[in-house]
Amino acid sequence: MAKVVFTPNVQRHVGCPTAEAGGRTVREVLEKVFADNPQARGYVLDDQSALRRHMTIFVDGQMIRDRIHLADAVTDHSTIHVFQALSGG
Amino acid sequence: MSDKLLVSTRKGLFTVTRKAGQWDIAGVDFLGDNVTLTLTDPRDGRSYAALDHGHFGVKLHRSTANGWEEIPVPAYPPKPEGYEEKDFWGREIKWTTSKIWALATGGPDEPGTIWCGTLPGGLFRSTDHGQSWEMMRSLWDHPMRKKWNGGGADWPGIHSICVDARNSKRVWVAVSTGGIWLTEDGGESWVLIGDGMRAEYMPPELAHDPVAQDVHCLAQCRAAPHRMWVQHHNGIFVSSDEGKTFTEITGVEPSVFGFPVVVHPKEPDTAWFVPEIKDEKRIPREGKLAVTRTRDGGKSFEILTQGLPQTHAYDIVYRHALALDEAGNRLAFGSTTGGLWVSENQGDSWTGVTHTLPPIYAVRFA
Repeated sequence: MAKVVFTPNVQRHVGCPTAEAGGRTVREVLEKVFADNPQARGYVLDDQSALRRHMTIFVDGQMIRDRIHLADAVTDHSTIHVFQALSGG
Repeated sequence: MSDKLLVSTRKGLFTVTRKAGQWDIAGVDFLGDNVTLTLTDPRDGRSYAALDHGHFGVKLHRSTANGWEEIPVPAYPPKPEGYEEKDFWGREIKWTTSKIWALATGGPDEPGTIWCGTLPGGLFRSTDHGQSWEMMRSLWDHPMRKKWNGGGADWPGIHSICVDARNSKRVWVAVSTGGIWLTEDGGESWVLIGDGMRAEYMPPELAHDPVAQDVHCLAQCRAAPHRMWVQHHNGIFVSSDEGKTFTEITGVEPSVFGFPVVVHPKEPDTAWFVPEIKDEKRIPREGKLAVTRTRDGGKSFEILTQGLPQTHAYDIVYRHALALDEAGNRLAFGSTTGGLWVSENQGDSWTGVTHTLPPIYAVRFA
């Protein structure tokens, strides 16, 4: 099971506790997490289910490359950080 | 008479109330967050607040007896695989709500119906108080939508929605830029109207093309819906036939440029504007903040300044930041530099409520 950690900054808008879910890609893992926390989905993904422009995701310390399909690989031991991109100063 | 204002700002939603003849800030919600627009539904008293969290996207909240609750935000349909849509400048148009730019209630025979205009141009309708939203595909899929362009923002957007007080199936929306669109069948079909408007930023052969018009704000007289007023990017226009045709009002001092317009609910010839030096500067002329008022359908205008700063005022008033109450007597407006003014005599004189709010995006009587 991969571990998913959300930025503290989102917590005042919607509770996003650290979660665990299985999956081979970032998409598969996040969809399972959002199935249990549907309100959080729109804070991370846009209407087309792509990563929001000013959000970023790291898998084991590597920023993901596929911001549209979230196809970057994940292992059972991965840690996924869902963070804000540094923008705006 | 309304004794309550909702003031949407870059850093929160401020409630301003009138007590013992004085207007003052009574409270703030969403402090620190970017509140872009509100709507209060006179049919049931519910209020709606649009927020833009930047990183986390656009959100919508609805008032309850115990505060606010987040409700679903209008969402664009899935973009067909491989379908590319680019704007005038070749940038990809993302099918995602990037701003809520208009909120309006449906007619009195449609309790729970709310209309929502967005960037990049989607129009949505809810029939359940905002709990779910349906996109008006009839407008989104209209081939002429491809001619819409960013004007007031990076992407085209619907900023004005007028529902006919006599017939809820008749709805006008205005687009920046994309002109004025009318449905007479509750959104089943749409037609582009607005002959007579003129776009001086277009080459001569396209200047009168209705879809090229950068309407900044569209207002309709509730008791006399044939009368519509437009504050346009390069002028003021008035219609006497429900927006089918417009006449340009010229020679208005101090300027015909501005963003908002409001019309009296019962007197179609009475309307208010906030003039500024035209688009390349966007500041009040000579640093004097003013509201203009016509009472004769645009034949003449009064410049209303009593109580407004007349030296070094650089306040800009956005299209949703001028409000008129239901009775047509009280006005309020807020500025980009955090000033808020109220008039209780149709603009003859103004009282400053505060000059220190965050940038104000919208002012609404509640």
